[in-house]
Amino acid sequence: MKESKLGSLLLPLGGIALCLLVWTAVSRTIAPDLPSPLRTWEESKPYVLRPFFKDGEMNQGIGRFALLSLVRVAKGFALAIALGTPLGFLLGLSRTFQRAFDPLIQILRPISPLAWLPLGLIIFQRSEPAAVFTIALCAMWPTVINTAVGVRSINPDYLNVGRVLRLSRARMLRKIIIPATLPYVFTGFRLSLGIAWLVIVASEMLTGAPGVGGFLWQEYNSLVYSHILLSIVTIGLIGYALDRLMGVAERRFQSA
Amino acid sequence: MAFLSLRGVRKSHPTARGEHVVLRDLDLEVNEGEFVAVVGPSGSGKTTLVSLIAGLMRPDAGEILLDGAPVTGPGPDRGVVFQNYSLLAWMSVLDNVLLAVESVSPELSADERRAKAERLVRLVNLGEAMHKKPHQLSGGMRQRVAVARGLAMEPRVLLLDEPFSALDALTRASLQQELVRIWMRERRTIVMITNDVEEAILLADRIFPLTAGPGARMGTPIDVRMPHPRSSRAVNLEPAYHEARRSVLSFLVGQRRASLGATLAGVGA
Ligand SMILES: Nc1ncnc2c1ncn2[C@@H]1O[C@H](COP(=O)(O)OP(=O)(O)OP(=O)(O)O)[C@@H](O)[C@H]1O
Ligand SMILES: [Mg+2]
Repeated sequence: MKESKLGSLLLPLGGIALCLLVWTAVSRTIAPDLPSPLRTWEESKPYVLRPFFKDGEMNQGIGRFALLSLVRVAKGFALAIALGTPLGFLLGLSRTFQRAFDPLIQILRPISPLAWLPLGLIIFQRSEPAAVFTIALCAMWPTVINTAVGVRSINPDYLNVGRVLRLSRARMLRKIIIPATLPYVFTGFRLSLGIAWLVIVASEMLTGAPGVGGFLWQEYNSLVYSHILLSIVTIGLIGYALDRLMGVAERRFQSA
Repeated sequence: MAFLSLRGVRKSHPTARGEHVVLRDLDLEVNEGEFVAVVGPSGSGKTTLVSLIAGLMRPDAGEILLDGAPVTGPGPDRGVVFQNYSLLAWMSVLDNVLLAVESVSPELSADERRAKAERLVRLVNLGEAMHKKPHQLSGGMRQRVAVARGLAMEPRVLLLDEPFSALDALTRASLQQELVRIWMRERRTIVMITNDVEEAILLADRIFPLTAGPGARMGTPIDVRMPHPRSSRAVNLEPAYHEARRSVLSFLVGQRRASLGATLAGVGA
């Protein structure tokens, strides 16, 4: 018990240490332009230690940038699940609807955010709604597909109960189909949020919107490479935290 | 004409190796207000029979008539206690029962419906577990929720698929008595599937033995001529009890021999 607890703390730290070692080695040998971990930390310090300072649109603390990105992701994610959940239920419930739209969905699903963004810019003319549009379009598919699969894999016993009780369509949906599908829906939400966060960098890079991704791209262009690494680490940590958070919500629904 | 009648009913399930005939040429006649039991070996098609009467499945051939009208789907006149309980996992015990009360008595006020559901939950001795979720209950407790929900449906025909199989002897005896009391008071028609011959004799007016599958048919019904309510102790002194018991058991044993013989013949061939 004690040993495994120690291991669960020490082993990940060991993995991170090894990664830092490789990073140092690479920056010393094959990639002299890549700042070492130590240099990265030195140059990032002002952004990390004063995470919420603001000194112009593109020169802000990393916390402030992260917040801007998170708000943008929240908007895109909200749109994704607002569209994706009903779409998933329709696909799961209606054979006709499924036959009509499944091929289209399979075609739209693999399209990269880099392809959607210009289209968003054409439609909305402004970068902010274009970014939200891109996030939503890329992130909604796991919600759509998981919800549809969830509806189709409802235990037939549950449906039989509804049939014997002669529930109306609306009550069948509210009392049986939706609650039975909820665990799948939440798995979809978690995966969608993961993608939404993945897409943020691409959409901020292309629109130049202030946020972690925008910062990353700007610092690349200004040759401040350590800040690229700072952004990468920040993106990873926040992505991990979001996934854990959604995991907690998901489990709550599974045990309910 | 009988209240519930099945004539020449055939039901098969498609399988990878052709179709598997579960029930073949099955006849069953049940009078209004009658309590009948169906006994039969495991896998002979008893649950299939319940699903057919409930309207959850359609027969391949033959007809099922309830009060003269053909059964084409589930209806409020038929309630089911499922063998696998089929409780809604996201609802408390009370809410599971309440859902049934709501669908049969929309005219009652919310308070009245709740009171009715609570009364049924207490009837099956689950007052303490009223607000628990199914996964927090033992198998026997879940089974009792299923029984409470079946009773809540207040159907003209109550279909019970091995409703007391997971219960200890004491709980079972008390629920059996409760069921007979409700039946005598409200005079519903009850079709009860059971594997317990004693239970069938204690409760039913007639016992229908199902032959072993595949292609199970109904054997000749056995009348149980004893007045209700029957107490299990008093029943032991009745010659009618032993007579019924002998008939049912000899039928079932005969079935076992027959199917064993068929199997052995199959092995020999
Ligand atoms: N959905 C299905 N698909 C294929 N075969 C099925 C299906 N449902 C039941 N069967 C088959 O039909 C036969 C009868 O099943 P059924 O559940 O009616 O038996 P039962 O008499 O209720 O058994 P038990 O006493 O064990 O509950 C079995 O051989 C089973 O394998
Ligand atoms: Mg069965």
